[in-house]
Amino acid sequence: MRRGKAMKQNKHESIRKAFRAAFPYTLPICAGFLFLGATYGVLMRTNGFAFWYPMLMSLTIFAGSVEFVAADLLMGTFHPLQAFLMTLMLNARHLFYGISMLDKYKGTGFKKPYLIFSLCDESFSINCTAKIPPDADRGWFYFFVTLLNHFYWVAGATLGGVFGSLVHFNTEGLDFVMTAMFVVIFLEQWQKDKQHISALAGLGISAVCLLVFGSDSFILSAMLGILAALTLLRRLLSRGGEAA
Amino acid sequence: MSSMTLSQQFVTVLMVVLGTMLTRFLPFLLFPADKPTPKYLQYLGKVLPAAVFGLLVVYCLRNVSVLSGSHGIPELIAIVVVVLLHLWKKQMLLSIAGGTVCYMLLVQFVF
Repeated sequence: MRRGKAMKQNKHESIRKAFRAAFPYTLPICAGFLFLGATYGVLMRTNGFAFWYPMLMSLTIFAGSVEFVAADLLMGTFHPLQAFLMTLMLNARHLFYGISMLDKYKGTGFKKPYLIFSLCDESFSINCTAKIPPDADRGWFYFFVTLLNHFYWVAGATLGGVFGSLVHFNTEGLDFVMTAMFVVIFLEQWQKDKQHISALAGLGISAVCLLVFGSDSFILSAMLGILAALTLLRRLLSRGGEAA
Repeated sequence: MSSMTLSQQFVTVLMVVLGTMLTRFLPFLLFPADKPTPKYLQYLGKVLPAAVFGLLVVYCLRNVSVLSGSHGIPELIAIVVVVLLHLWKKQMLLSIAGGTVCYMLLVQFVF
């Protein structure tokens, strides 16, 4: 009996520690998502949609760039198949996230479907690179990061939809917070890796594809290029990068 | 104002939700947790993140034009600030906030 109680307390403690470890990681995203989400809410509002449109869409879609596209689609003519295919193209990078998290999300129990449902760029980046304290529950850490990010985004979109017209201070450039965050995460991963070939391949192939195909359609070709390069380099990289 | 009916709007949003869910759930459906992950995917799981973060950085900068406007100079300066701050203090929040404030000052007052 007593041991059962102690174990239960331990469990509570490690969940609390998971929250305390997760929260600071999400703060930059809080700033970015409140801002970007609000921008999205304002955009929907100026397109004539009530605040519950951005609220429900941010809750169910939860993929920033695609929601902006969806706002655009709703203003055009009815093309469900086109909406579906465009979403697949824009979100194809999620396939990479899933592949990278297959093993990490193993054993997360009932939280797993939600972790997958809300696997956005930012939650993936944090859950992939964060150093989780050994006494904090890993699954709950992933869960809190994911939940907090989801919450910031929905809150931003809803607030934008409701109060959009009242913002007055100059926010130009605030969206750079996302760029800054990915630069830091890229750097952290760089310092963790023993080889830098895959990091450089990611940068280089994406940059070339951007130049060749333009900003609207480079992602898919960049992904295919990265996949091909990493597959070709498998023998080399899995020898040198075993510990990475 | 949208010209679609409410049910057309609903279907459109549903398609976007389904498309997004498909890209997120597919890897987990194809490779269930109770079976060992194939070696090739384990390898990809290790080397992909670094490459994907590179892709995301480029993705964030996709609308920067080097040939016109401010030529990407504010972005370049702010990224250098982020990198230097991070190498110096190793405080994620500080690096991100510092770089963002620097960028905002640059685009609002200099460029």
